[in-house]
Amino acid sequence: MSYKPPVQDMAFVLKHVAEMENLLAYPAYEDFDMDIVDPVLEEAAKLAANVWAPLNRDGDTDGAKLKDGQVKTTPGFKDAYLQYVAGGWNALPHNPEFGGQGLPWSLSMATNEMWQAANLSLGLCPLLTQAGIEALEHHGSDHLQKTYLEKLVSGEWAGTMNLTEPQAGTDLAAIRTVAKKDGDHYLLQGQKIYITYGDHEFTDNIIHLVLAKIDGLPDDNSGLGLFLVPKFFVNEDGSLGDRNDVWPVSLEHKLGIHGSPTCVMAYGDKGECVAYLVGKEGEGLKNMFTMMNNARISVGLQGVSMMERAYQHAVHYAKERVQSFKLGGSSDERVAIIEHADVKRMLLTMKAYADAGRALSYYAGAQLDRQNNEADADKKKAAANRADFLTPLVKGWCTDMAVEVSSIGIQVHGGMGFIEETGAAQFIRDSRILPIYEGTNGIQAADFMFRKFLRDQGTEVKKYIAEMTAADLSAMEAETQQALKSGLKTLKETTEWLLKQDMKDLDPFAASSTYYLKMFASVAAGFLMAKLAIQAKGDTSPFAQNKVKICRYYIEALMPQASGYAPVIMGGQSVLRDMEQHSFDS
Amino acid sequence: MKILVAVKRVLDYNVKARVKSDQSGVDLSNVKMSMNPFCEIAVEEAVRMKEKGLAEEIITVSIGPSQAQETLRTSLAMGADRSILIEIDENVEPLAVAKLLKGVVEKESPNLVIMGKQSIDGDNNQTGQMLAALLGWGQGTFASKVEKDGDQLKVTREVDGGLETVGLKLPAVVTTDLRLNEPRYASLPNIMKAKKKPLDTMAPSDFGVDVSPRVVTLKVTEPPKREAGIKVESVEQLVDKLQNEAKVI
Ligand SMILES: Cc1cc2nc3c(=O)[nH]c(=O)nc-3n(C[C@H](O)[C@H](O)[C@H](O)COP(=O)(O)OP(=O)(O)OC[C@H]3O[C@@H](n4cnc5c(N)ncnc54)[C@H](O)[C@@H]3O)c2cc1C
Repeated sequence: MSYKPPVQDMAFVLKHVAEMENLLAYPAYEDFDMDIVDPVLEEAAKLAANVWAPLNRDGDTDGAKLKDGQVKTTPGFKDAYLQYVAGGWNALPHNPEFGGQGLPWSLSMATNEMWQAANLSLGLCPLLTQAGIEALEHHGSDHLQKTYLEKLVSGEWAGTMNLTEPQAGTDLAAIRTVAKKDGDHYLLQGQKIYITYGDHEFTDNIIHLVLAKIDGLPDDNSGLGLFLVPKFFVNEDGSLGDRNDVWPVSLEHKLGIHGSPTCVMAYGDKGECVAYLVGKEGEGLKNMFTMMNNARISVGLQGVSMMERAYQHAVHYAKERVQSFKLGGSSDERVAIIEHADVKRMLLTMKAYADAGRALSYYAGAQLDRQNNEADADKKKAAANRADFLTPLVKGWCTDMAVEVSSIGIQVHGGMGFIEETGAAQFIRDSRILPIYEGTNGIQAADFMFRKFLRDQGTEVKKYIAEMTAADLSAMEAETQQALKSGLKTLKETTEWLLKQDMKDLDPFAASSTYYLKMFASVAAGFLMAKLAIQAKGDTSPFAQNKVKICRYYIEALMPQASGYAPVIMGGQSVLRDMEQHSFDS
Repeated sequence: MKILVAVKRVLDYNVKARVKSDQSGVDLSNVKMSMNPFCEIAVEEAVRMKEKGLAEEIITVSIGPSQAQETLRTSLAMGADRSILIEIDENVEPLAVAKLLKGVVEKESPNLVIMGKQSIDGDNNQTGQMLAALLGWGQGTFASKVEKDGDQLKVTREVDGGLETVGLKLPAVVTTDLRLNEPRYASLPNIMKAKKKPLDTMAPSDFGVDVSPRVVTLKVTEPPKREAGIKVESVEQLVDKLQNEAKVI
């Protein structure tokens, strides 16, 4: 079953949730109007569906390999990547000063969703390049920007992100890769693990962004620096010089995303790994976070992509598989399983979560555009706060839901779902990385609870809740309004309860953080779905009428499940406190 | 050389066509429309000729509703230089299309017209031939290869018995078959540039062409559903059925 990018769904969310028309009114976009949306989505869809998607299964069965110190990717991947670069797609949201197309981030949310859904393993390469561009643009010196940005923006060169070491995953202060100053550059020595696209043959050069400890500085976060390490040196005239001392030493065998090379990287085995500082000494973590925040939203979007892909796959099968008579129907003819209420429930659940995730993530993308373009300082700050606030929600919620939705996808297929050749199994194996990398979802929940909620004593949360409370829902059916109001009420009560707890003991907050994140994201997505439904109601097309049903199903049948977290948060975690390590010895 | 390419906006080839409930035609409301695949091949061929330095300008023309502008923008994103829309909401029959195109040819004086051999909605396969006849130009239909050979155009045609190559004096009309080329995907920068390329809108009356239909459609129905087959008991029964029921042997 091939992938068909849901261009109409995307355009609808861009219009009514990201509010593209308002975004395009910013001076930076004066060359563009709403007429660009459809042609851009339509053309990207062709490449995604006809070139990237057909290689998805090949990536799974014939994944990346390491041979003689060089990674060889799945046959076909390089050509598909080069077509994407030649089409100018990598440059879509980037700064025209460096060859970017200068289109809004929101629009790139839609095109990125297509690349990731078509082929998650291949899509990871540009995802990391994009994050690297952000870090360089914000923190790189003029010289670094001039030397590297243009080729990264076009996609002619690719980027990587190097944080993880065996002893330093979540805990980046434990990093041991060392950078020693050596004239106008540094020499790097150490090993990084799990480096996505640490090596490949798509591009002539690879630009590694590496977090390392600076020799002589303290052994904590304040001793870290962010470094740029090119695979090949770049001469003054822009041509490529010698190979730098950075090598892939092995590839991991993984549960999924087999097409994406996950490398162990050796820096400075011969003591000759030249690195350039990006930003200032001691600001490595901060600068890396510019990159991480961008990548976190992109990973959340990967979750949306996987939900959509798994859904399309399941619907296709459910229409073809004939099994059993319809409940209470005539017993002359067996029906396709899509006729059975329980299968319909599964399919609608998949679709509604995919749509809700899309709404939440594009909404976050729009905040980035506002943040980048607002002239008014207060509005700019408000957008930046909202983007920060939404980042862990998008990353944590959309990726958790991707695992659940791809699991439901397998269930729709019955036994065939468990059989690899059906293709549904790949989606759950591929999705399973999403809650882990780019900061585990546990860390997203902690970020949400402590940094985004408690640090400002709930200011942003209360502001957001007030906005939802003020939403005009009168166009919706009474039961839909009721579900929204009751979900919001529970969220409000839970929030107030949390704010009243004793902050001296942080463990109970940490123990509830995952549930609070899920609850907030579910309700926030519900209000975005209501917005979509209200717009769709004014339109008689079958697409719009269906959209109303999907939004209502989300609000009335899925969102209420989040209220179940309230008692769990307000009490259910108390036992946890009494559990010691030895309590787990049965 | 100046090339004129005709493009039509049709029901997307991935969409299953449905007949309107009053059986007056195919239901086109709320369905995805895109460029006729044979027309895409025609645009691609023109763009390749321009890239090879054989042509200086490519003009695309479409006859249809105002939404056909999107189709023309697609052709501009693929590499055409400018477009003309002859705006009309009603269905236009091949003869009227050919007459309108003749008007455009007289106005623009191209050396070559490239168009699809047929559109996948009407499947008429007439317009190119009619246009060539109206203009008194040579024609190379069902082209699977087009080469410039001195001041001639060598066109390889897909005919029932195999391939036939004809030499055409210019100006001429070429209609495309599926194997001529594989149309490109427009690049993002070209999609953006397409927005700024000129697109003129005209009316059939500008060319003095009467577009009223000559053919009356009585009824449009879906193809009959295939009926379930039966298992034959023996070879003799099979031969008998083929001879006497199906009357195919
Ligand atoms: C396929 C793949 C690709 C990857 N790509 C890259 C890449 O390109 N670049 C890169 O730098 N890294 C990459 N990673 C690494 C990834 O980001 C880390 O695996 C991830 O951050 C978790 O680190 P860890 O594996 O050390 O797990 P740990 O940090 O050991 O975590 C184990 C568990 O403990 C929990 N935990 C840890 N600390 C805390 C805490 N303080 N509070 C609560 N819970 C905690 C975690 O949530 C998790 O559930 C990749 C990993 C994989 C598997």
